Amino acid sequence: MTGATTGALNWPAVLALAAGTYLLRLAGLALRGRLRVPERAERYLDLGATALLVALVATAALTDGAGFAGWARAGGVAVGALAAWRRAPFVLVVVLAAAVTALLRLLGVP
Amino acid sequence: MRSLYRTVHRGDLRDVLALASAVGVVGASFGALAAAADVPVALTVALSTLVFAGGAQFLVVTVVTAGGGAVAAVVAGLLLNARHLPFGLAMAGTVADRWPARLLGAHLLLDESVAFARARGTGRRARTAFWLCGGLQFVFWNVGTVAGMLAGAAVPDPDAFGVDAAFPAGLLALLLPALRRADARRVGLAAAAVALVATPVLPAGLPVLAGLLGLAAAGGPAGDRGTR
Repeated sequence: MTGATTGALNWPAVLALAAGTYLLRLAGLALRGRLRVPERAERYLDLGATALLVALVATAALTDGAGFAGWARAGGVAVGALAAWRRAPFVLVVVLAAAVTALLRLLGVP
Repeated sequence: MRSLYRTVHRGDLRDVLALASAVGVVGASFGALAAAADVPVALTVALSTLVFAGGAQFLVVTVVTAGGGAVAAVVAGLLLNARHLPFGLAMAGTVADRWPARLLGAHLLLDESVAFARARGTGRRARTAFWLCGGLQFVFWNVGTVAGMLAGAAVPDPDAFGVDAAFPAGLLALLLPALRRADARRVGLAAAAVALVATPVLPAGLPVLAGLLGLAAAGGPAGDRGTR
């Protein structure tokens, strides 16, 4: 590895990422405090958060990088989802999903 | 703090601790990865305390380790975090009413704290859930990072424990109550489809943002046509 690559992650980069991330987080909160949002738009803001979270769940459950995450993770999430749908306690959902995925990997499922 | 402690629902604390434990494990793997990539200790600590966004932190270290430049790493990280802006728009009323609290609450805006608060509605319990989840995740993530740096190569791969499945499953469990509304279900399904289709072709972060296109499936006002 050359000096250029090991030195690439430096203070300016980390501080820029920190400042940018914080401003992204703050911007929504701040804008909402200033704007008077009509009721109809409020519904879209609410649904928008749901859309982002579901999109996050789908990609985190099924993809890794640009490809498929593998059957072990997908299987674990599917079992967790089933448990959640059957109204299992939250802790059980999380533990079941992890345990099934871990077991599948132990059995050699990718 | 005392009033916060008193208003914490015991079940909420248990649920948040379950998720925070998983966050601690991932934090340890981040610390170990950063140590292996020769990222200086102070920079690693700064990433976990000041950026405090797991996905972006892994991304920048990976990009830099792969020989990418700092600018590319920062842009990729910010792209991944862009979803926090719409999260903030939706969560402003839950996070805080006043300014100093908003400044602090912004730093605790995470996928998990947003999902947790939303699963608890919009009132006082939702606000407590947000701060509890965000605060405990901050503690577990940073303790995990330091532990991971110290343990280095001794930290096992969290994938071996299936931690990567725990997060989507936990988030989904938190989302299910919202998805009982028919319009939310339509939007969610469309968002998931768009994000999955976009994943092979768009850089990290954009597929999730593209999920907002799912709003086109919202249909008429109110979810009263839903099956409750």
